[in-house]
Amino acid sequence: MNNLLFLIPAALGLGLLGLGAFVWATRVGQFDDPAGAANRILTDEDEPLRDRRESGPDSDD
Amino acid sequence: MSTQTLAGVAGCPSGLAPPEETLGGIDYEAFAKTSGEDRRLTLLVRGAKCGGCLAKIERELGALPGMEAVRLNLTTGRLDVRWRGAMGANRVATALGDLGYGVAPFEVSRADTEARREERGLLIALAVAGFATANIMLLSVSVWAGHGEMAGATRDMMHWISAAIALPAVAYSGQPFFRSAWAALSKRRANMDVPISLALVLATTVSLFETAMGGKHAYFDAAVMLCFFLLIGRFLDARLRRRAHAAAHELAALQRATATRIASSGATETVRVSEIAPGDIILLAPGERASVDMNLVDGTSEIDERMVSGESAPRAVAAGARVFSGSVNLAQPVRGRAIAAAEDSLIAEIARMLEAGEQRRSTYRKIADKAVSIYVPAVHSIAALTLAGWLFAGVGVREAVFVAVSTLIITCPCALALAAPVVQVVASSRLFRKGVFLKSGDALERLASATHIVFDKTGTLTLGRPVLQRNAAADAILEEAAKLARASRHPLSRAVVEAAGPGSLADDVTEHAGLGLEGLVDGRKARLGSAEWVGLEDRQPAPASLWFARDGEAPIALHFADTLHEDASETADALRARGFTLEILSGDHAENVAAAAEALGIETWTARATPQDKTRRLEALRAEGERVLMVGDGLNDAGALALAHASLAPGGAMDVSRSAADAVYSGEGLSAILDITANARAATTRMKQNFGLAALYNFIAVPIAVAGLVTPLIAAVAMSASSIIVTLNAMRPGMKRLS
Repeated sequence: MNNLLFLIPAALGLGLLGLGAFVWATRVGQFDDPAGAANRILTDEDEPLRDRRESGPDSDD
Repeated sequence: MSTQTLAGVAGCPSGLAPPEETLGGIDYEAFAKTSGEDRRLTLLVRGAKCGGCLAKIERELGALPGMEAVRLNLTTGRLDVRWRGAMGANRVATALGDLGYGVAPFEVSRADTEARREERGLLIALAVAGFATANIMLLSVSVWAGHGEMAGATRDMMHWISAAIALPAVAYSGQPFFRSAWAALSKRRANMDVPISLALVLATTVSLFETAMGGKHAYFDAAVMLCFFLLIGRFLDARLRRRAHAAAHELAALQRATATRIASSGATETVRVSEIAPGDIILLAPGERASVDMNLVDGTSEIDERMVSGESAPRAVAAGARVFSGSVNLAQPVRGRAIAAAEDSLIAEIARMLEAGEQRRSTYRKIADKAVSIYVPAVHSIAALTLAGWLFAGVGVREAVFVAVSTLIITCPCALALAAPVVQVVASSRLFRKGVFLKSGDALERLASATHIVFDKTGTLTLGRPVLQRNAAADAILEEAAKLARASRHPLSRAVVEAAGPGSLADDVTEHAGLGLEGLVDGRKARLGSAEWVGLEDRQPAPASLWFARDGEAPIALHFADTLHEDASETADALRARGFTLEILSGDHAENVAAAAEALGIETWTARATPQDKTRRLEALRAEGERVLMVGDGLNDAGALALAHASLAPGGAMDVSRSAADAVYSGEGLSAILDITANARAATTRMKQNFGLAALYNFIAVPIAVAGLVTPLIAAVAMSASSIIVTLNAMRPGMKRLS
């Protein structure tokens, strides 16, 4: 019984945390462009690195 | 430019979409917003499909001078750019066009913003209900599992915690139902949301009372679960409607251009159509489409009114004539004074017809409404009888009320409320992928029950633009003529270019408004234009024709006609095979309509029909008991579209017609009509099945509830099972077999 007094609030708190995170994500527009978000991770933005490799002596790819 | 540096190809580097043609004649400057140094522009990008497109567009545009932020939304195809400095908005659009993507200016509509907010609100309400369902179920399961062993104090504590979660959750996420129920009740009507709201409110209050009295059972889990399931249906429905609306809006954006306004000083400026006020003087260049209604103040020209009246032959206009929006100026530049839509007889007449049509249509009763009208009184009287019966049997008031409320909860139209929306969502998204944008889910029912199809001719059965009539004489000079025609945006020139395909441009081409083009083709002077322009006497030639003449040679005529869609005859046959009767109702000349009707094997046709004739014909058909599906695109069809039992408009239709129709189909050809009717029929069958399943569920559940045997556990299982069954039935494949 005493465990419950601790466990139920903990479970609810975690749940509320998740709910809060979801509401926040919806409000700030995290779900506005799912297709774009999925594709953006593929974008290669390592311009300076590529430049260094091209000019460097050991460009191996 | 650096187009080649990134992917080296125009358009999508993954080849998921072909490169798009750039749309000419739009001044993007009018769409850019300036605040201080900052300039912003929102564009609609077509052809961007993959991460490569995203990177390419953002990188290339980011390299433009002064560019501060470029963000492409791949889901909606909207591109937001922000820059500082002197660079013009057209430069941004041109750069995007050079990369091989289609560009159109985008204006955010208020309806879109509101729909977005509604959808977001429903999603958050859904999340709240989901959170509450999961957590209350956790507590409820422990109460059910500990049945008989759990001490009363522990059970009460569980119930109180459930109440603390359920009350705010129901108050928040039940709002869409409460609002809709209240709106219906205040109009003295009942809709599906009335029994839902009643069940929600009663379930929470009775459970609260039971908890306070230390009772064994509480229905908090049932209340929030109801909310959760029903909100899923609502959310899907809202999202689909918004997407369809946005897609239709984008089709409109592709057509919307700017207008040239002449200031009192005589200077011209390019403005957005929405900025034009009545009284403004508008310059209408040859080849341009009038975007507002106007009275001509000077100039003479010929205008093409096929979108307005269905008439395919041009009309000669002079100062004082009225030009309706949607007409295309074919010859000389003219100036007109913009007039307000309200003061114009045709537009006002059409607005009246639209209103009348909408009212007539609202008398149609949806299957869901019919189900509710049987269901609500039945369930509510059963609940009342249960209460009376148990009281009569001698149990206490508290027990009797509890049994009656559990009857209401278990019969709550969870399955009934999901039965139609889920099917509609599945069918509409299937159509959506085929480029058909359905206005509302219940249009499916009306589309499915149509028996008679009335077509407009111009722009619906036909391409709606002039097509070169090929013959030996024309073919011989086509390539040379096209070299001149490529320099012009006149509709007939474009038709020549379309027939000839890509090729080179003649040297020193000059365009003489209202006359034609002149240039050097293979070193020889050549002219393309009116009979007068090539030195012939104006001997009343066929209205849609051009003449091509090389220096010192006899002119050769090029004739144009509006031809039927390639698949028109095939589609007509297929529709007849599916039991539809067909008819043509056109504003064009009898001979053109007769030719089209004969080619398609359609026996009933009417030519030279005014908008009033069209609505009168539809009224007559309705009186005969026909359920008419109207397909049309012009301004003159709008009244008929609104009046018809169901209606469709092609993507290129006038704004008014698009909004009057139940669905807009994009893409060339008419085969979409087959898809639409097949899908609508299949969806309606599914809907009826679902209502059958929901009725079956109630048939089993009601006696158990009335007998007082329902516990919260049984209610939870029964409700979720019935919701899942109707959802699965809706998503069950097999619907597309029909199309």
